Amino acid sequence: MKYSILFLGLGIMLLGTLSGCRTVQPWERGTLSDYTMRPDRDPLTDSFREHVYFTREAAAGGRGVGGGGCGCN
Amino acid sequence: MNTSFGTRMIGALLLSATTTLAGWDIGTPLPNLTRFKLEGVLPSTTGKVLLIDFWASWCAPCKASFPALNSLQKDYGDKGFLVLAVNQDKTGEALATILTGHSAIYTTVRDSENKLVAEADVASMPSSYLVDRSGRIRYLHRGFHGEKTLAQYRKEIEILLNEKNRGAP
Repeated sequence: MKYSILFLGLGIMLLGTLSGCRTVQPWERGTLSDYTMRPDRDPLTDSFREHVYFTREAAAGGRGVGGGGCGCN
Repeated sequence: MNTSFGTRMIGALLLSATTTLAGWDIGTPLPNLTRFKLEGVLPSTTGKVLLIDFWASWCAPCKASFPALNSLQKDYGDKGFLVLAVNQDKTGEALATILTGHSAIYTTVRDSENKLVAEADVASMPSSYLVDRSGRIRYLHRGFHGEKTLAQYRKEIEILLNEKNRGAP
């Protein structure tokens, strides 16, 4: 009981380290801002994908959300 | 006694975690830059108003700020002002390519191990810190927003240049 609070606290902190998630720091975003990280970097592939999406879903568009980027400013 | 010890241990751990996460803020003394293994020649900053600018070649607003930094160095350099640009690129080639196309009149060093930027814990790129003559951080800027940021820089630099040295922190 005396050490329970200590062990509970340490346990919670240890559990936090087991997470696979990691924050990419602002100065580590060079790779994310690379051109190859853009989902629309190849117009031909983009049109293929759009065609398949339209055929399957009977819907189009909705791809305005950006991917990658350096998140600057 | 033991419970108290446990509580103190948890408190110490949380405090150390908080301290580790804390970056530079207004009022923070600038650390000794020589201990961060920066690539390049560090200028003497003693008694000078210093603008430390963290940037990278992949950051468009960073590159947009180059002419502004040049103009600041040109206008205030002889009054005791210094721009120190700290590059965060992984390779020296990326930095060299950028600098070839841009005639910077201020000092640029490379933080190849990202130690300095991690200590500063910048929230975005670019980020810049204005340090007064006594070596204390007085203003910080996140991002670069063209003329608006430049005007703010000028205002703050003139305030700091007109101040008397407050003494070492």
